[in-house]
Amino acid sequence: MWNYEKRLQYPVNITTPNAKLAQFISSQYGGPDGEIGASLRYLSQRFTMPDRTSMAVLNDIGTEELAHLEMVSTIVHQLTRDLSMEEIENSGLGPYYIDHTIGVWPQSAGGVPFSSTIFQSNGDPITDLFEDLAAEQKARCTYDNILRVVRNTPEVADPIRFLRAREIVHFQRFGEALRSIQEKLDANNFYAFNPSFDNPCKASCGPEAR
Amino acid sequence: MSQKKSSERSCLLRQINEVSFAVNDMLLYLDTHPDDEKALKFFKEVSSRRNQLMTEYAEKYGPLTIDDAVKNNETSWKWSQQPFPWEGKGV
Repeated sequence: MWNYEKRLQYPVNITTPNAKLAQFISSQYGGPDGEIGASLRYLSQRFTMPDRTSMAVLNDIGTEELAHLEMVSTIVHQLTRDLSMEEIENSGLGPYYIDHTIGVWPQSAGGVPFSSTIFQSNGDPITDLFEDLAAEQKARCTYDNILRVVRNTPEVADPIRFLRAREIVHFQRFGEALRSIQEKLDANNFYAFNPSFDNPCKASCGPEAR
Repeated sequence: MSQKKSSERSCLLRQINEVSFAVNDMLLYLDTHPDDEKALKFFKEVSSRRNQLMTEYAEKYGPLTIDDAVKNNETSWKWSQQPFPWEGKGV
């Protein structure tokens, strides 16, 4: 269950609309490494974590990602809300405008609609946590790519820098969660069984079955 | 709202954002370091500071959370009419 707080995690106050930047940044809302995918990934994977620590890490980071998708969609909204027709037609935002006017809709920078196929909920905690570590790095890279484009627009670059820094903190926490799970497994073979499914291992993959 | 009052309001909201960030970051740290006493002490400080500021904001300008929705002797429902955070302009 969640409660709403009527504030952003980090303030966004964009005064100058920019159709091109809106299209680029919308990828971090509904794109392959965006914040919707991040929150749904962690909030889906948390159910099959093997202990409270890893459940807490996925639950609490998944919750923070909801605050991030609100920030990113706010950036997109504020970059598009006062656009002129000329700017829309000449910026490449035209096809998006035809389908959505300036409504906020989750898609990648390349126009691909959001899909849950961009993430996995595998049910094996080591598999899922490695995916989460990679996800944080992919999102950090996308923010780096965005920062190169918005380098001369401080009112956009500032909240993007905040979001980039959070990816690094989350990567650290996921690494600690992964380590805490591995410490409870057989150090000679972490992959002998799935601790969320086979514990104690009854499937043919366990050592006693060999 | 007068300019002075509006800037006092954004100043208080900024303090809330800052202390809430500390609470959130410590929360994630404590998830994986539950026995770090120094971190626990710091969490306690920032968490109680956050609660104070949230109450102060609700009393002066209106609620940010549903728990503070009727803090004063309200005669009408303020929650829905508080500015939404994507409106910008320092709210």
